[in-house]
Amino acid sequence: MNFNLTPTDELFLQMIREFAEKEVKPLAAEIDETERFPEETVKKMAKLGLMGIPVPVEYGGAGGNNILYTMAVEELSRVCATTGVILSAHTSLCIAPIMENGTQAQKEKYLPRLASGEWLGAFGLTEPNAGTDASAQQTTAVLEGDHYVLNGSKIFITNAGHANVYIIMAMTDKSKGTKGISAFIVEKDFPGFSVGKKEKKMGIRGSATCELIMENCIVPAENLLGQEGKGFAIAMKTLDGGRIGIASQALGIAQGAMDETVKYLKERKQFGKALAKFQNMQFQLADLETRIAASRLLVRKAAFRKDCKVPYSADAAMAKLFAAETAMEMTTKAVQYHGGYGYTREYPVERMMRDAKITEIYEGTSEVQRMVIAANLFK
Amino acid sequence: MNIVVCIKQVPDTTEIKLDPVKGTLIRDGVPSIMNPDDKGGLEFALRLKDKFGANVTVITMGPPQAEAILREAYAMGVDRAILLSDRKFGGADTLATSRTIAAALRKLDYDLIVTGRQAIDGDTAQVGPQIAEHLGLPQVTYAEELEYDGKDTFTVRKADEDGYQIVEVDAPCLVTALASGVKPRYMSVRGIVEAYDKPVEVWNFDSVEVDPDTIGLNGSPTRVAKSFAKGMKAPGQLYEVEPEEAVEIILAKLREKFII
Repeated sequence: MNFNLTPTDELFLQMIREFAEKEVKPLAAEIDETERFPEETVKKMAKLGLMGIPVPVEYGGAGGNNILYTMAVEELSRVCATTGVILSAHTSLCIAPIMENGTQAQKEKYLPRLASGEWLGAFGLTEPNAGTDASAQQTTAVLEGDHYVLNGSKIFITNAGHANVYIIMAMTDKSKGTKGISAFIVEKDFPGFSVGKKEKKMGIRGSATCELIMENCIVPAENLLGQEGKGFAIAMKTLDGGRIGIASQALGIAQGAMDETVKYLKERKQFGKALAKFQNMQFQLADLETRIAASRLLVRKAAFRKDCKVPYSADAAMAKLFAAETAMEMTTKAVQYHGGYGYTREYPVERMMRDAKITEIYEGTSEVQRMVIAANLFK
Repeated sequence: MNIVVCIKQVPDTTEIKLDPVKGTLIRDGVPSIMNPDDKGGLEFALRLKDKFGANVTVITMGPPQAEAILREAYAMGVDRAILLSDRKFGGADTLATSRTIAAALRKLDYDLIVTGRQAIDGDTAQVGPQIAEHLGLPQVTYAEELEYDGKDTFTVRKADEDGYQIVEVDAPCLVTALASGVKPRYMSVRGIVEAYDKPVEVWNFDSVEVDPDTIGLNGSPTRVAKSFAKGMKAPGQLYEVEPEEAVEIILAKLREKFII
């Protein structure tokens, strides 16, 4: 067993930290305030190969692993959670299912464009009546000759409107329940596909979250991902991987709030001494630091197991559950420690607190993570 | 075109620890980085490579751990990396250092040699010019821009204290670069992933032809009379903005620190 970072990991951290600090952090408050999707940041990330970290070189990727990917999402989220989730949804929810389930032709067509960042990816499972109970899919797909016709709508879709490719779940056979769900690769220009209303959110406000509408949407039969009826399994496996990304995002938010808090507590003086000198403060921060460190170990372990191609579903659930709840606690307390200043937009911790909340909700709520962990325990 | 960029690993700190006996730097425990001016020079070279195609070699003289900046250079896009490392090279002043590096450069093909203006650990700005003298090359120092005509002439914008000069120089030549003139590229992810799979050539005393009496501590005429840590000063932040905005920034900073 070895907890050391490899020299490659160290080099990657050096790059991503500098990139986050110089290119991402300066935009964080503005894109939050204006709810603007940071197109220019995505272009910069694409240029460095960040949009295809775990994609093999033969498909135009960087040939990296999931450890590097988690570091990227963590370090970006440390300064801007919006940027973190754009990368996470693109990589975990669109690239990964194509890499894992795609035909040779599908991989050759989609992976180079996604990995280079020329195209952005997204994923559509959630519907108005199918949230945590994702099996209650109402979107349908009917095979007609050489294509499927999709009808229905998806909600809360990250990267929607900016993405070129969407992995969409739809019922091909309602009588079979979850075994009647299939996955499709849908391009934004397919006839009958459109992006609906954009959500106004509490946090990650620079990230686009929209409804997707499919009205007699024509999807070529060769864009079926995996086999008919395997869509639910693909979606669940995709979300297992996605949870590693969101856990990394939560970890980054928590670390970012810790960075800000430590800086503030050293500077802020009350009753004649810096807040950092009060033992109550120190003890609370020590507990939070411990939780952050534990989150990082859980995140890296889940990513390591994914890289090793051994089951990681429960590991990913534990990482996401713990990191998300840590992010919420850390950011809430960071606002508290900043006092009145923390409640203002002069300081980034109020944004971090709003951003943290979603990590307990999307890609499986904390309750879902507990279901996954418990199911693994009692299997 | 063959370009060789001389780079140096330097401690990334404003508080430099010194060996009280030898008067040399203690590098252990201090984070190390590629010297900023050298990184600017490397960016010049990589831009020429992007535009005209070139073989870019980086060379550094230093202890084995200086390999880290060669890996970083690989991740930025260089083609070859050489670590010039031998105990006999140790303790060298700028003259002995430049003799050693020049000896290594004689083994390489080059149309252009780029060094940084100066290293942040010594601030002498001597090694680049000395290398050019040892090799009998024309040199242009303090380069903030570097252009190439695609044949044999480089055009350099050379910074002065109160302006700049545009200088043309024929290959082969040596240019010393300023970090302020250029924003170095980030390492690419693929470059990082592959950086440690590429070979770093380690050259020692036997790899180069140099008189042992002219290198290392013994070949260094410089004697350090006294070394001391300079007073601590927080790094400043430079804003180039209109006066109104400057006032806002200053007030915000003062408020942030609870001074007002």
